[in-house]
Amino acid sequence: MSDPIIKIQNMNKWFGDFQVLKNINLEVEANKKIVVCGPSGSGKSTLIRCINRLEEHQEGDIIVDGNELSEKTKDIEKIRAEVGMVFQQFNLFPHLSILDNCTLAPIWVKKMPKKEAQELALDQLKKVQIDDQANKFPGQLSGGQQQRCAIARALCMQPKIMLFDEPTSALDPEMIKEVLDAMVSLAKGGMTMIVVTHEMGFAKEVADEVIFMDEGMIIEKAETKEFFAKPKSDRTKLFLSQIL
Amino acid sequence: MQTINFLKPSRDNIKNYSIIGSFLVLVSLIDVISNAFLKINLTSFLPGSLTTLFPLIIGLIGLNMMRIDYSGNKTLDLLNKNINTNNFNALLTLLILFSIIKALPQSLSWMILDATISGDSKDACTGTGACWTYIKVWFRRFMYGMYPNEFHWRINTAFILVIALGFVGYFMKENLKKYLALYYVIIYPVIAYLVIYYLISGGSFGLQWVETGAWGGLSLTFIVSFFCLIFCFPLGMIFALGRRSNLPAIKYISICYIEFWRGVPLITVLFMSSVMFPMFLPEDFFMDKLVRVIIAITLFEAAYCAEVIRGGLQSLPRGQYDAAKSLGMGYWKMHIFVILPQALKLVIPGIANTFLALVKDTPLIFVVGLAELAGMLALAKTNPKWLGFAMEGYIFASIIFWIICYAMSKYSYNLEAKYKTER
Repeated sequence: MSDPIIKIQNMNKWFGDFQVLKNINLEVEANKKIVVCGPSGSGKSTLIRCINRLEEHQEGDIIVDGNELSEKTKDIEKIRAEVGMVFQQFNLFPHLSILDNCTLAPIWVKKMPKKEAQELALDQLKKVQIDDQANKFPGQLSGGQQQRCAIARALCMQPKIMLFDEPTSALDPEMIKEVLDAMVSLAKGGMTMIVVTHEMGFAKEVADEVIFMDEGMIIEKAETKEFFAKPKSDRTKLFLSQIL
Repeated sequence: MQTINFLKPSRDNIKNYSIIGSFLVLVSLIDVISNAFLKINLTSFLPGSLTTLFPLIIGLIGLNMMRIDYSGNKTLDLLNKNINTNNFNALLTLLILFSIIKALPQSLSWMILDATISGDSKDACTGTGACWTYIKVWFRRFMYGMYPNEFHWRINTAFILVIALGFVGYFMKENLKKYLALYYVIIYPVIAYLVIYYLISGGSFGLQWVETGAWGGLSLTFIVSFFCLIFCFPLGMIFALGRRSNLPAIKYISICYIEFWRGVPLITVLFMSSVMFPMFLPEDFFMDKLVRVIIAITLFEAAYCAEVIRGGLQSLPRGQYDAAKSLGMGYWKMHIFVILPQALKLVIPGIANTFLALVKDTPLIFVVGLAELAGMLALAKTNPKWLGFAMEGYIFASIIFWIICYAMSKYSYNLEAKYKTER
């Protein structure tokens, strides 16, 4: 068995006096797909934001691809470049075209030649089926198209890990499917993924493991089939009964 | 024929109403116009106060009759919607129209009909109107200050060169476009400085030295505004970013800087720059007064720019920072490619506001003895040979300033439209 690509040990995080994450222990192996679920305010988003250090943790260790994240980490940008992230609100850059959104980081962070970056971007856009929109601006696209562009933008950095922070929560029901399809095909391609979502259908289809969080703690962590078939804790049962 | 209900105009008899209504409004306007322009009182048969009120009453009745909702006539609907929604608005419309008409003949005759422009001394101005001769005679002074007449071509050439260099960005090749910001922020000001130094100041290449004290008029307005605008923007950007920095030292230095410069009046800053500042400098160190003034205004306006830009930075959602960071961009890349382009686009109106204020603040440099356009006016109006023409001078200066400022604000609208990408 290989070394885990993400390793979190005894991690605690506070927002002021409020403890959002309590004693988190988590190991994710390469090519595994993890789905994180739980009620809102349970710290799911904060957890994955800690993995690329958009949030700082106060106690414990987070090791991503062999690099420990702490205040001393000098090359946090290098680690972030290897960890792609997709946000609930898409967060595309509205002043740039779809193509430029995708090529910006490869050109300026990875120093890729412009032509190569554009080819890569068009390739990725094709995979999420919006290559015909490449020259439009984000404001001209539907929510689902924007989110697929955001996925393509993250993939253009050729990351080792992809984090999804409730990627379908801000979308119309009709558009959820097209985004989930893009994520499923990405998962089948062997990407390491951590997905915060309420889409249990997606979890059943692709996840290797499901994590249930509540009040800043990991309540349950189990193989997908086991998680849905016989959840151990009562809290998980209650949650599943409400959401399914 | 239907009976006409005067109080209730309606669609059914729209023709009668609109014709009678517009006729009455026309009568009231004719009365006022003949009164103002021809000095004929058409309604002299009416008793005293009614004569003055007559056009108002007639006009009101006329407008009332024309007020037909959904008349189907586009012009009439437009008129009703904009200036004739109710009786009060109709009254305001009439009053404004009448006062414009009443004021027109006097101003027209003063500015054009009775004005003088021939001749080249005060004696030519004998009429009751404006004396544009004054502007004509002093024109070169207003444009170039005390700069020797035979060297005015040097100022003109320098300005043409500087403007031409400013347009270089439009013709730059595609692969050089990424150096555009560098060009405008650093290279262009340096070249412009050298051009102005060698051409206008002279002293080398066989050009006679002209000290900055002799510079003046509109050309000085341009020089001061140009350098202040070009420097205060990047400086303001730096302090705006500094104020939002996580590093306490940088943050508090920026706050102190901004609060200090925003707290002092420009006029004292100018005094300081010309009187106090040289005292702190070593004996043999010389800095031209004009340079000191430009630095002072730049530092002053940079504080305002900084706050305007900070407003733009604050209005960006946090997600933009998150997205840029998650793609592996560091502080500078994130700001240069993601944050600043969006923030600056948002603050174009605010920046334009600051810049217009800057241009209109340049006359203040008169207090340190530099006479730009308004300063030259102040000098000219106290010239014993030309006493009593302040009005003409100030109207002239207002028109010039208005043209400059209007051009700038138009340009800012263009920029806004150009960088609009949402929908």
